[in-house]
Amino acid sequence: MGNTPLRKVGIALGAALILIWCLLPVAWIISLSFKSQESITNGSPGFFPSEGGFAGWDNYVAAWDNEQFRRAIFNSIGISLIATLLSVIVATLAAYAIARLEFRGKKLVLSTALAIAMFPVVSLVGPLFDMWRAIGLYDTWPGLIIPYMSFTLPLAIWTLAAFFREIPWEMEQAAQVDGATSWQAFRKVIVPLAAPGVFTAAILTFFFAWNDFVFGISLTSTEAARPIPASLSFFVGSDPFNRPASLLAAGAVIATLPIIVIVLAFQRKIVAGLTSGAVKG
Amino acid sequence: MSATTTAPAGVAKTPKSKNASDRSVAENRLGMKLVAPALVVMLFVTAFPMLQALWLSLSNYALTAPDDRSFVGAQNYVTALSDPLFWRTMLVTVGIMVVTVFFELVIGFVFALVMHRVIFARGIIRTSILIPYGVITVVSGFAWQFAFSSTNGFVNAWVPFIEDNFNWFGEQFPALFAICVSEIWKTTPFMSLLLLAGLAQVSEDMIEAAKVDGATWWQRMWKVILPNMRAAIMVAILFRALDAFRIFDNIFVMTGGAVNTESVSFLTYRQVIEQFQIGMGSALSVLLFLSVLVIAFGIVKLFRVDLAAARQEG
Repeated sequence: MGNTPLRKVGIALGAALILIWCLLPVAWIISLSFKSQESITNGSPGFFPSEGGFAGWDNYVAAWDNEQFRRAIFNSIGISLIATLLSVIVATLAAYAIARLEFRGKKLVLSTALAIAMFPVVSLVGPLFDMWRAIGLYDTWPGLIIPYMSFTLPLAIWTLAAFFREIPWEMEQAAQVDGATSWQAFRKVIVPLAAPGVFTAAILTFFFAWNDFVFGISLTSTEAARPIPASLSFFVGSDPFNRPASLLAAGAVIATLPIIVIVLAFQRKIVAGLTSGAVKG
Repeated sequence: MSATTTAPAGVAKTPKSKNASDRSVAENRLGMKLVAPALVVMLFVTAFPMLQALWLSLSNYALTAPDDRSFVGAQNYVTALSDPLFWRTMLVTVGIMVVTVFFELVIGFVFALVMHRVIFARGIIRTSILIPYGVITVVSGFAWQFAFSSTNGFVNAWVPFIEDNFNWFGEQFPALFAICVSEIWKTTPFMSLLLLAGLAQVSEDMIEAAKVDGATWWQRMWKVILPNMRAAIMVAILFRALDAFRIFDNIFVMTGGAVNTESVSFLTYRQVIEQFQIGMGSALSVLLFLSVLVIAFGIVKLFRVDLAAARQEG
């Protein structure tokens, strides 16, 4: 298989298609971010900035000078990191129990997680909006961290349980037989084996929190807690009928940078995590 | 929390050997303690508000006139279900779901086949395939909205038979097309990774055996590879369909619901957050939730999806 020249050409074409599919829109938004705002207002069709319509780093400087934008990036980083940390801690406990222990209610936890993974988030907006205003969580960091935790837990629990099932737990006893204390056995044997799974779950959780839009726009009202996707969508500039496309594009590129860095650094771990939860039987 | 209190009931049943049962009691307790926080957090933000929505949906309650709150029974549901607006948004949502899942499945499968066989540049391809997955949906929506824009985009110039000044967002179908493109672009890579994992589980020996027996590529695909990936395909369809049914971000960013592109999620959001109609909005929330249940149930029954595999109990 895969030796005929025709097949090789087909695969090469397919690979090129995948790269174009994935990278063209990203290249486009970067190109758009270099169009000058003047050329956008006058209309400048085409993939690349028109002649004389090249803005250099102006849009990036302008986006970064925007107090609301900086605040939103700060909110997003803070909220996503805290939600990720808490979610992974809670999920690790649950996944350990699911992978290692026999107890009543295991089915209930797994079914709840599955149900929540399919839950239409918008149907919670009304009740949560009401509840959060009543208990003072509206427009605060915890007001977003709590829903992010709930909706990332299913993914985190699945991913971690799949990883934990693969760990050869006998090695812990083996280490103890060899004279290690139980703490040493845990620290030197189990932690290094479990760490990659925990790390993968953390990346996927972070992606979810960073990407969320529904909670971001409906449970915040000011820059006190508004995350970056919500902030981008509300940013209309001085003329609401003519959005500052290139400025928005610069903001979008800045907001995407953390994701790109994470993807470049941890590609293998992310792929393993994404597929382990859904397919392993 | 409530799970912990039910522990003693199951204990009395099997006290065969004292030592073993003691250990299993302890294991049972520890298990429940460890999952309790996760269960509480998950239910606090979903089950509890959903019950509240059920209650609120039975009253006429708007934040603009909080003192006029009154119990109206099923009136909100009658109003919603007899309004053509609701059915129009339902049709749009189901349409988007069917179209996007179909194309994601077909394109995602082609991508998975290529990634499965490709030898060179494996790392680069897998890294780039994660980029659309990681990109914020709002950013994807903006990128495609501006790409389709007649004043600042490139699509009109690149696609033949399209006038340079064609306005994609002036009519329902072109606008929905643009929305679907953004949705498909972002989620196909995820689909292809799920299918790739399924593809990797199909035994090479079986494919070789079919080849030795003289099966053509097409026959191998339909008789050997696809039937053996069934579980992976079905789980991918189930998850993506329910995700697509909840479509909101792209519509919000790209059209704001104009030219009849509203989805059920968008209609619900607009009632609650923009018009402060908590009663009606809650009724729509409940209807949205029920629709998701019906679709999930329908897909599971229709395609006989093995949910145990999805939950990793198999």
